[in-house]
Amino acid sequence: MAQPMTLTEKILAAHAGKRAVSPGDIISINLDLVMANELSAAVAITEFRKIKGATRVWDADKIALVPSHFTPNKDIATATLSTLMRDFAKEQNIKHYFEVGRGGIEHVVLPENGFIGPGMTIIGGDSHTTTYGGLGAFATGVGSTDIAAAFATGEMWVRVPPSIKIVYQGSLRPFISGKDLILYTIGKIGVDGAIYAAIEFTGPTMKELPISSRFTMANMSIEAGAKNGIFQVDATAEAYCAAVGKKDYTVYHADKDAEYQQIVEIDCSKIEPQVALPWLPDNTKNASDLNDLRIHQAVIGTCTNGRIEDMRQAAEILKGRKVHPDVRVIVIPGSQKVFMQCLKEGLSEIFVEAGCVLSTPTCGPCVGGHMGVLSEGERCISTTNRNFKGRMGHVKSEVYLTSPYVAAASAVMGYIAGPEQVTQRVTVS
Amino acid sequence: MILKGTAHKYGKNVDTDVIIPGRYCNLIDPVELGKHALEDLDANFLKKVKAGDLIVADTNFGCGSSREVAAVALKGAGVAGVVAKSFARIFYRNCINTGLPIFECPEGVDGISDGDTITVDASQGLITNESTGKRFRATQFPQFMQDLIANGGLLRYAEKRLEEKRAAEA
Repeated sequence: MAQPMTLTEKILAAHAGKRAVSPGDIISINLDLVMANELSAAVAITEFRKIKGATRVWDADKIALVPSHFTPNKDIATATLSTLMRDFAKEQNIKHYFEVGRGGIEHVVLPENGFIGPGMTIIGGDSHTTTYGGLGAFATGVGSTDIAAAFATGEMWVRVPPSIKIVYQGSLRPFISGKDLILYTIGKIGVDGAIYAAIEFTGPTMKELPISSRFTMANMSIEAGAKNGIFQVDATAEAYCAAVGKKDYTVYHADKDAEYQQIVEIDCSKIEPQVALPWLPDNTKNASDLNDLRIHQAVIGTCTNGRIEDMRQAAEILKGRKVHPDVRVIVIPGSQKVFMQCLKEGLSEIFVEAGCVLSTPTCGPCVGGHMGVLSEGERCISTTNRNFKGRMGHVKSEVYLTSPYVAAASAVMGYIAGPEQVTQRVTVS
Repeated sequence: MILKGTAHKYGKNVDTDVIIPGRYCNLIDPVELGKHALEDLDANFLKKVKAGDLIVADTNFGCGSSREVAAVALKGAGVAGVVAKSFARIFYRNCINTGLPIFECPEGVDGISDGDTITVDASQGLITNESTGKRFRATQFPQFMQDLIANGGLLRYAEKRLEEKRAAEA
């Protein structure tokens, strides 16, 4: 009888050619996909050149290169890094290179184009590579030297993480999505609550979540310190794979008697729209308690919440309304496909009519690069994933993390507000 | 290898955005990066730090981004090593990969104050607070990682793996 294993342990064991693995084991896993963006790729390419015996990447079809962070390039230095990545893609015959205007943000682009599937092992030169766990893959972020070694060998050494099971029960209140659930979770366990661990997102509530919400939750696993975050694969996940043309994949299931380091239970019926205040993603409060905080900017989109479902949520609040005169809103669909779908569904018109900027897909303001950097004393409510000091600009600017519903509601009100404060507002004419 | 320098002490959750802000992530040169290390956490750090000094910090040091330039920026600023109660996992790997010595030692962190002179015997993981005379031992890396470091780091390991794979195919 094989040793009971968690979902992460099963995927790792299979990719290490082992019958079973346990937390703490150091193993070498074969990689199904290695991803980098223009910042991580530049250093990875330089390091790759230093590996004796490595002139070609191990498998050009298993590498994806996506310019995203400071794209379209914000300055000469970034343009130089992007050119390095572009030239490497040509040199190595890496077809999965998503040129500016034909791609977007990596964690939105790769799933929607069928690159991600259940049971895969994926590493990326970006900490939010954990996103792909939403579709039952083992996916983790690493630094550029790890990417370089992976380019050459197609494998990576890994210390098997212990798994933490989070069980979500109860039905969701109106306007509650994956972003609220993950913010609430990080608020509960802390920014190092899952340090070095694999988070398994389980429970009856998870079955009701659309894939976009699962991507959002897995995306922010790293904000609790996790190695990876992973969902079970169900009919919803398989329908998504069929829709995006992902055919070859393996569905693993955690064994019933697998051992977990910790089991956390969350009653979702109590969760209200969440906001994480500076300076950590675990500093969470209910949005309705923050009406005294005026905002200057709202960012809606990016890798955490830049999918069509997120755009629809923001549009639902902004339709027929105007953003507050003192607020700038930057809407960032996560990919050209999402951008096009916003056009087709009439969401783009809603955003522009309301007074928002409608940006091309880019990480831009999330990482303090461009497309909405903050000055001293400014406050931004955003659907991004980090609010550390100086994250979006001046060291004395502030970022509040939340869902598209809350970001849109706050943009209308001019202060942090829950969506029901907008939808139930009585206008006195 | 013996490290010796002044301890610069910080708190919990020193994140990668304060170690090297996003606006500098279009840089790759260690010296250029080093000019901005920790500037959003401590405006005086770059004025105080001397080559060979060490950072001493609480839990979850290096949390946040996978940016390898965080480890490179600290090295570029002259930091010889980091002693912390715990390290965030991507940053931990990045330090090993870029050759920035790190030491996990909760008692050591509690027993070192900002400005103390400390020595670290890196191969033993032995930390001495020269200002108080107290000694501490850091947690050892797993054997695999000790071997990886001793044999020249990740790129040399990758070379070895390539040779092994080619030999297996031959």
